[in-house]
Amino acid sequence: MSGIGTSSARPDRSAIFPIEALGTLFDALRGRGYRLIGPTLRDGAIVYDDIASVDELPRGWSDEQSGGRYRLIRRGDDAVFGYAVGPHSWKRFLHPPRQRLWRAKRHGGEVQVTAEAVPEERLALIGIRACDLKAIAIQDRVLTGGSYLDPYYKARRERIFVVAVNCSVAGGTCFCASMQSGPKVTETFDLALTELCDDGMHAFVAEAATDEGRVVLAGLPHRPATGDEVDAAAAVVARTAASMGREMPSEGVRELLLRNLEHPRWDEVAARCLTCGNCTMVCPTCFCTTVEDASDVTGVESSRSQRWDSCFTMDFSYIHGGSVRASPQSRYRQWMTHKLATWFDQFGSSGCVGCGRCITWCPVGIDITEEVAAIRASEAH
Amino acid sequence: MATKKPRLGVWKFASCDGCQLSLLDCEDELLAVAGAVDIAYFPEATRSTVSGRYDLSLVEGSIATPHDAARIHEVRRRSRTLVTIGACATAGGIQALRNFADVREYAAIVYARPDYIATLATSTAIAEHVRVDFELRGCPISKHQLVEVISAFLAGRRPVTPPHSTCVECKLKGNVCVMVAHGTPCLGPATHAGCGALCPSYNRGCYGCYGPMESPNTPALTKQLEALGVDQSTLRRVWRSFNANAPAFRRESERHGP
Repeated sequence: MSGIGTSSARPDRSAIFPIEALGTLFDALRGRGYRLIGPTLRDGAIVYDDIASVDELPRGWSDEQSGGRYRLIRRGDDAVFGYAVGPHSWKRFLHPPRQRLWRAKRHGGEVQVTAEAVPEERLALIGIRACDLKAIAIQDRVLTGGSYLDPYYKARRERIFVVAVNCSVAGGTCFCASMQSGPKVTETFDLALTELCDDGMHAFVAEAATDEGRVVLAGLPHRPATGDEVDAAAAVVARTAASMGREMPSEGVRELLLRNLEHPRWDEVAARCLTCGNCTMVCPTCFCTTVEDASDVTGVESSRSQRWDSCFTMDFSYIHGGSVRASPQSRYRQWMTHKLATWFDQFGSSGCVGCGRCITWCPVGIDITEEVAAIRASEAH
Repeated sequence: MATKKPRLGVWKFASCDGCQLSLLDCEDELLAVAGAVDIAYFPEATRSTVSGRYDLSLVEGSIATPHDAARIHEVRRRSRTLVTIGACATAGGIQALRNFADVREYAAIVYARPDYIATLATSTAIAEHVRVDFELRGCPISKHQLVEVISAFLAGRRPVTPPHSTCVECKLKGNVCVMVAHGTPCLGPATHAGCGALCPSYNRGCYGCYGPMESPNTPALTKQLEALGVDQSTLRRVWRSFNANAPAFRRESERHGP
């Protein structure tokens, strides 16, 4: 893994292609059987959705983000990836909100159960950022790393093609640099692009890291990148790393939180927390699901599905007699200490990648970096 | 093998009939429902009359008259399972606005002969009068949730009608948050799920038709609404609509005026 803001680009392997070749890339991926998912404008935000062409990318748009606030803004140029991460993470596609597990049908006295087939769809993730790629690596460990794997996630995950983008802007709530999860892409990708958009130039410095990535890149009109172009790409990433909207020094966070489980700050944050669950829904690593059973009126057909759940709901910790975590204090503490502390014990890393979504999309702007800082500051006294 | 079908009763108290009409609005599922249960009492749909006992009673409407306050006990007595449907039956409905005012004054303004009107000073939820087995929220209820409740009753399982926030439904659907991205005031974070996040799906803020979610933090949401420019009299009104008498919403509206 490279250091933050430094380049791991290998000049002999970096290529450069003009913006016009992006359409060729999309066609090539579609030709290889991929469904293209990428950034596009919808309802006042840059969301990930099916994209048919380069025209659907948010060309010339950026975003302004702070706690509980997101607004689209115009850029002064035609950059197509010139914004931070939006409201939805890629888990919506790899670990979707609802996944049917089986269906059952009654034939007289017999019940026939049919397991839901694993998906065969191949997704090309266009414009995925370092933090979100890191989040997928974390979900890999959670959903496929142990004895009990999620076959639906695994099937989708194994078939993706990753067109990663090194971030050219940091959002107001971004803090990947302090989480060592960006802004430069370090996890496995097929292609990684850095957008260069100034001085009349609009092109992508590209690296391929897999055989399929190399084949796809070879099919595009490209040439080897010059040393200056590679340096320019590295400068883009360095500039982004230096302009993070937030920071959360990660050293000792686990120990800090675990020795402050009864800290008064939990009461303070609970007074603001709506327990609405938005932070968990937008988090790219939150993976929890519940199961829901359905049966029709006639009692002939029934099914079971898994659905995104949240540790902020009462049902989440419901056992005989009631919810274990009835207070908002206990629910916020559970989420934050799991994300930043006990995740290490369970999965060997932090559960946070510094994407900032939980800050931006919290309706009241609760800021995980501020909560950690407040607990840390209280110890300094 | 002929098994006796469960007897269904649909009862109306103070309400607009919209929730019981949701049952007739089921269209695709209506014949299946009619086949699975014996609809023994449903004035909106049939001419049958009250008699005997009911395995499942769906109760619409609030208790707003002395007559209804007595009648609900009769319905309870005749019902094995009693499910209240809609904001009137679960929270007193829009007519619970009288709870914040003087009902005699209202009657004097509206009716030529207010002495003909026999009404209570308050409009209250069914559960304030009799034991209720299950409450289905909404103004109006969702027909899908109604079919779910009936299906669950027939299968002997718990209905899937999660009490979490409407935000969860928005996120499951992939909606962009109207409050965060547009600055639109929205009651979704404090509101019980069930409508499928209908208004936010059309870029409107949530009006709270499904009443309070399981653990509403209304003061914290109010603070954010104020930051978005909502004034005190509007705050009193947004928390005081179809679920005005639901305790969490009631308390919050009373913080912003009488």
